[in-house]
Amino acid sequence: MIVASPKPVTELKQLIDRHKKVLFVGCGTCVTVCLAGGEREVGIAGYATRMARKLSGQPVELEQVTIERQCENEFIKDLAGPIERAEAVVSFGCGAGVQAIAERFPSKPVYAGLNTNFLGILEEQAVWTEKCMACGDCMLAEFGGICPITRCAKHMLNGPCGGSTEERCEVAEDRPCAWQLIYKRLSAIGQLDRLEKIQPPKNWSLAWFGGARKLVRPEHRV
Amino acid sequence: MSELQTDRAKPLDAGAWVPEIIAFCCNYCAYAAADLAGSRRMQYPSNVRVIHVPCTGKIEMEHILSAFEKGIDGVLIAGCLEGGCHFLEGNLRAKRRSEYLQEMLDQIGVGRDRLRMVNLSAAMAPTFVQRVEEIVDKVKSLGPNPLRKSGVP
Repeated sequence: MIVASPKPVTELKQLIDRHKKVLFVGCGTCVTVCLAGGEREVGIAGYATRMARKLSGQPVELEQVTIERQCENEFIKDLAGPIERAEAVVSFGCGAGVQAIAERFPSKPVYAGLNTNFLGILEEQAVWTEKCMACGDCMLAEFGGICPITRCAKHMLNGPCGGSTEERCEVAEDRPCAWQLIYKRLSAIGQLDRLEKIQPPKNWSLAWFGGARKLVRPEHRV
Repeated sequence: MSELQTDRAKPLDAGAWVPEIIAFCCNYCAYAAADLAGSRRMQYPSNVRVIHVPCTGKIEMEHILSAFEKGIDGVLIAGCLEGGCHFLEGNLRAKRRSEYLQEMLDQIGVGRDRLRMVNLSAAMAPTFVQRVEEIVDKVKSLGPNPLRKSGVP
């Protein structure tokens, strides 16, 4: 899922300082699960922003709505009424959600209420880690299901860098060395022979370097 | 939280400001300690409104923010001693949430000192009284909730 985190109250307040009537929009999908932009978090941000604005002598009128999914027009269309009533929108969705709303309602300012962090999983309560960088050419099969593109700080494809200590990455002490994990995993599943293959340079043209990517699947087009 | 919407205690002396404080008291410690303090006829400031909660871990951040938005001057969260929570770690969760809220209250401009979490046991009636007196004194020194001063609510 997409993992995001809340912006500080001071930044939220500054985002909407030129508006008097603002709509806060939560998203019921990824950011609800990662406790950043669901109905509750939008409520908390609402209390905080209202109070901060009152104290600065510029009260703001906030309306709050949380929709099922901000990245799909089918759900966004339900926002037409509330957006019509507001001067501006703060989206508590991921970056895709913010832009989806902005595209759908071109005449309204739409601001991001969250920082979108990464694609990851919940490791334990309130701890998330990045697992995928969406490189567009998945190589997980070669590495026992552990992604060196994402989890190795240097994106090494042919073994560890040699800087790791005690199975930990030299870049961050709390991060396991991806190549140590790959070795353990391939040992466990009896596929260590995969490490004998030299990986050629990766096809990065499918990744993010060429700008925003577009995917068209004709078989599902109507 | 309909409790937060009830009429507040009126100032004893017209014109004199008396801080209004909410104390969220855990059923298994602070609430019983407050009860014990009452049974022992111990005096503590009457401008503290006690809200009985099953565990401090059940207090949501929205409850506290809502109280401050409505103009309350201070909030006391009174939970069990660390390691003594009836639900094992509700008080530890409340502690982390209070710390987060204190940071947020600073950013809002209300100030972290208006929120305090304390730990005590059901037998510690004198400590309960002392903690209540401490927060009343602290809030008195801070003055009224600035949201109230600015004409809100």
